Amino acid sequence: METLDLAAMELRAVNSALQAESDGSNQSYEVVNPRGSHAIAVGLNAPIEVTVQGSTGYYCAGMNQLATINVIGSAGPGVAENMMSGKVVIDGDASQYAGATAHGGLLVIKGNASSRCGISMKGVDIVVHGNIGHMSAFMAQAGNLVVLGDAGDALGDSLYEAHLFVRGEVKSLGADCVEKEMRPEHVETLTRLLKDADANAKPEEFRRYGSARNLYNFDIDNLGDY
Amino acid sequence: MCGIVGLFLKDKALEPELGGLLTDMLVTMSDRGPDSAGIAVYRGADDGLAKITVQSANPEKDFKGLASTLGADVARIDSHAIVSCPIDQTSSILEKIRSMSQLRVMSRGDAIEIYKEVGLPKSVAKRFDIPQLQGSHGIGHTRMATESAVTTLGAHPFSTGPDQCLVHNGSLSNHNSLRRRLARQGVEVETENDTEVAAAYLTWKMQNGCNLGEALEAGISDLDGFYTFVVGTKDGFGVLRDPIACKPAVLAETPQYVAFGSEYRALVNLPGIEAARVWEPEPATVYFWEH
Repeated sequence: METLDLAAMELRAVNSALQAESDGSNQSYEVVNPRGSHAIAVGLNAPIEVTVQGSTGYYCAGMNQLATINVIGSAGPGVAENMMSGKVVIDGDASQYAGATAHGGLLVIKGNASSRCGISMKGVDIVVHGNIGHMSAFMAQAGNLVVLGDAGDALGDSLYEAHLFVRGEVKSLGADCVEKEMRPEHVETLTRLLKDADANAKPEEFRRYGSARNLYNFDIDNLGDY
Repeated sequence: MCGIVGLFLKDKALEPELGGLLTDMLVTMSDRGPDSAGIAVYRGADDGLAKITVQSANPEKDFKGLASTLGADVARIDSHAIVSCPIDQTSSILEKIRSMSQLRVMSRGDAIEIYKEVGLPKSVAKRFDIPQLQGSHGIGHTRMATESAVTTLGAHPFSTGPDQCLVHNGSLSNHNSLRRRLARQGVEVETENDTEVAAAYLTWKMQNGCNLGEALEAGISDLDGFYTFVVGTKDGFGVLRDPIACKPAVLAETPQYVAFGSEYRALVNLPGIEAARVWEPEPATVYFWEH
């Protein structure tokens, strides 16, 4: 395990060292003294393991590919934004728009996530052990958002084809988001995600929400309006 | 953007360090706003004296002889001066100051002092020797201007009532109509700035019987736009975010203090932060503390 100290190194040097790892690497790193800095461990492109010892600022683990990144603290806005693959685990809370636009991989938040969690998600799996804030999964296109706690206002507003699973209360559903039947394939997905996220919950405790598909489908009856 | 910091001390033992802690927090937020910076500090609330913070563009000339003209103590610090007087003379001295067009009133009250200027937090803190200031609570702001000119008067904090101040990250969209509405109630503001209107609105609410919490609560329906506000009163400290809550905010509380930062990194040097309860304030939810 190699230690990178943000009290002694510039952020750019830390990120360059992490980004220099090639495809076959399984090196592990520890980043110490993050002190809420922005853009820690972004743009990684190898299956390395990075542990950040403390809380991070904006955009930690953004654009991640293949790497496993653990934050032993809380994360600021935009954690794992546009992640492509790999795994990001936040021990504490995550600020707004966690996992925004992410295409793949797994984002686990062991505390709460605030507003706009999974906004415009495009294939990522997100598991939040606590609650999520308002406007989460807004315009979410693909992937799964699993919430063990409660969801805030306007969950899944203008949703496309992402699957949302919530165990607790949903304060309100957004436009075109509806509760849907939990079929065996959903239970199977949920079982796998809960296991991968070390989440102690049973799939049958969850409700599934998805798109009513009224907003984004062209309706032939409206032809005259165009 | 804009950066906000705030520190409300519960433990009097920390009071000598207030200015130093706030300066460190605000300097950390410098890259959220390079245009101007300001700090409000509350101290000496019970010394029986009222304080008026005044500012001048030509302090050498304008503050010379000011003490004898006003019949009050005047302590000059760079472009600002603190005028101290017995509480019952406040109105007459304020009237004299307002008749001098070269002077601007930054704040007035029993405890509040406001220092603000164009420039980075580091230079503003140095000019006014902020690290040496003691006090019970304080609020700092570093500005990236959106709604009005980059001037001393456009800098935050804004104070529109005795011992009250407000700082703002965001922009209000109904400040012109609200300014007119307040004017009809006899409430005047000095600048074109949106934040000053919010400050004046809260002052007006508190003049009409609301406490700080109730005034902030009313603001949720009357103020339209993006905002994270931090507000100070003589013995109180409040935080409010708009219902959309795009503008960042982090609160931390320990038995010694309540601290606010636009970002967590503003808080990392505070004593005992490792053991603090740290959380993001909820949208459209009023938080306030009183001594």
